[in-house]
Amino acid sequence: MRIEYFLLVDRIVSLSIEEGVVRCEATVPAESTIYEGHFPGFPVLPGVLLIEAMAQTAGWLVLAMTRCERFPFLSIINEAKLRNFVRPGNVLMVESKLIYEGSGYIKTENRVLFESAVMCEATTTFRVLPFPSPVFQEKLVAHALNIGFPAEFAKNVR
Amino acid sequence: MPSTFETVTNIIAETCDIPRENIKLESHAIDDLGIDSLDFLDIAFAIDKAFGIKLPLEQWTQEVNEGKATTEQYFVLKNLCERIDALKAAKGV
Repeated sequence: MRIEYFLLVDRIVSLSIEEGVVRCEATVPAESTIYEGHFPGFPVLPGVLLIEAMAQTAGWLVLAMTRCERFPFLSIINEAKLRNFVRPGNVLMVESKLIYEGSGYIKTENRVLFESAVMCEATTTFRVLPFPSPVFQEKLVAHALNIGFPAEFAKNVR
Repeated sequence: MPSTFETVTNIIAETCDIPRENIKLESHAIDDLGIDSLDFLDIAFAIDKAFGIKLPLEQWTQEVNEGKATTEQYFVLKNLCERIDALKAAKGV
């Protein structure tokens, strides 16, 4: 995780459009100014960042489904459950599964695992829209390829 | 078997917490019931699931934005239900 850049997953471990499943790894930073407030003497990764990590993970799946032509804007978060404290240094597995592809929107179920324990889960809905900026699209795809996004889904943009 | 309108009424009532008696065939989902585009995503999902169809929301939005259609054509419930029935028929549902 590079929290200061809001990059919350480190690498795409697997991505299958056929199965509608993506898995990403994310290592919680050992040090961060966030822990000075959250919480003094008991550092915990804020739950909102775990939700964002799930959204970013699901986003890679949607990006692959659209061949990098469209961007998923997080719109609805349902049934979010923060089950356990996520601590500095934890190596997390973030999983997202497609549950529905509608007209212009996508729903996914997501969860974060640490050593096979579910730390949190949520259902998310994304509006899937054309990229608002070609620079954004190019930079996002470049980052995607750096963290293991399958190149076959980025042919249209590269 | 409930009618299309009854099912849509139930979906709107449950999704948006709107009293059933306020939901009428001539109601405009946006103008009369105050449903915004985000809430309509939840409604569209529930409609798709309930009827086994896919509401073409993107196409409708584009047509409205381009002035080729009015929101009444898609979001007055009578018209919405007719479109659901047409989509069901086209899919053989």
